[in-house]
Amino acid sequence: MNTIPVSEAPRSLLIRILRHNPCDPDSAPHFESFELEEAEAMTLFIALNEIRQTLDPSLQFDFVCRAGICGSCGMIINGRPGLACRTLTRDLPQCITLAPLPGFELIGDLSVNTGKWMRGMAERLETWVHAQHLERVDIDQLEQRMEPELAEKLYELERCIECGCCIAACGTAQMHEDFVGAVGLNQVTRFHLDPRDERSDAEFYQLVGDETGVFGCMTLLGCEDYCPKDLPLATQIAFLRRRMVATAR
Amino acid sequence: MPGKLSAWPARVDVLQSLSGLLLVLFVWAHMFFESSILLGEDAMYRVTKMFEGEPLFGKPYPLLVSAVGIAVLTLVVVHAVLALRKFPGSSRQYGQLRQHMGALRHPDTTLWYVQCVTGFLLFFLVSVHLYTVITQPGNIGPYASADRIWSERFWIVYALLLVTVHLHAAIGVYRLAMKWYPPTGANPRAHRRRRKRAMWCILAFFLTLGCASLLTYMYLGYQHADRAGERYQPGTTVLATEED
Repeated sequence: MNTIPVSEAPRSLLIRILRHNPCDPDSAPHFESFELEEAEAMTLFIALNEIRQTLDPSLQFDFVCRAGICGSCGMIINGRPGLACRTLTRDLPQCITLAPLPGFELIGDLSVNTGKWMRGMAERLETWVHAQHLERVDIDQLEQRMEPELAEKLYELERCIECGCCIAACGTAQMHEDFVGAVGLNQVTRFHLDPRDERSDAEFYQLVGDETGVFGCMTLLGCEDYCPKDLPLATQIAFLRRRMVATAR
Repeated sequence: MPGKLSAWPARVDVLQSLSGLLLVLFVWAHMFFESSILLGEDAMYRVTKMFEGEPLFGKPYPLLVSAVGIAVLTLVVVHAVLALRKFPGSSRQYGQLRQHMGALRHPDTTLWYVQCVTGFLLFFLVSVHLYTVITQPGNIGPYASADRIWSERFWIVYALLLVTVHLHAAIGVYRLAMKWYPPTGANPRAHRRRRKRAMWCILAFFLTLGCASLLTYMYLGYQHADRAGERYQPGTTVLATEED
């Protein structure tokens, strides 16, 4: 006789959230627990929305795309950085502890200002195409062609969503606030690879050739191991390190 | 090189890696020579005389051993000074690192912390060992070493040195490989796991070899304790004398 599979009783999740509102002088960092019934294929993003809708509308956290593309919902999940929208509660124990990503300005609860940090990093490392006579480029014309292999390599590095998980997973970045981290070094290798960028290796050295740049990296590999996009960050940093050493000779 | 950043950060980074690599190669070679005691007192005696230059100059010059000791000490100092810049520089940084490590529970971050701790311990342990080698280069031999290890209680220093230096060396080589040439290709994670497995195998091999030779020296020193200070003469053995 056929039997209809009966799903197990849903778990009751206990979600502990580190809460603090830096704009409120009376606020002190504290953990607050919320009980929630687990649903099928529930992500942390869904759980957090349910908490905000049914238990506490004042809970602050960020999201935009819900699909691991925007990088807004990065947070510390049971001690490790990850994206809330890509984390299934069934992969976690019954008790889940959430905290904001360290190393970034806290907006409130789980929301941090990664945008401000990334903007500062981008300005410092000048992560845009540098070329002569850009003002004369006719944007109505087709761009100069690029080999598909090269375009794919560039696209691979462009997949970074600037979620900040690599900064939160990096012991160096946690100890040294001025370290540009894997996200910054990855962007430098991306523009180094781009044939449209006319900067020389010596010019790139001036951007990353010190302890706040590529020589500050201690190869702890947290960036690569916790990158939600599985970017080859260690490979990029090693490439940049070798290249910068060759330039300094 | 024009610009505000000098070439020194790059040079220092290479020098730290290079000095570490040279020291690891020295330590691993040292282990094979040191464990010649496993082949008998005569084998170890020949190795010591070889390093004193006897096959080359016709008679032993222990000062050659001192010279190598000074060169190794210099390399250790260079490596240590360069590595120190990566240590947490304040209690605030140390606290941040501890908190980060405790929460993340990330194996490679923990490996780096092991490097910090073992590196710190090696400042003291290597200094004691090299001081003995540099100041008493002639006192290296089957009985001289065994007496020092057993009768002068140096086995405590050597046992601690054995564990710390091999942890530091094996982890260091793995980290060096990951720093300069991390795995690429279709499955870099599997490649990295293989590298890590190789690191543990190398560590196990040298710890086994080191323990076996240290225990042999201790046993030899114990057998030779009543004649401590007496030097080995080729063709004789305290172990054979006991058995006779």
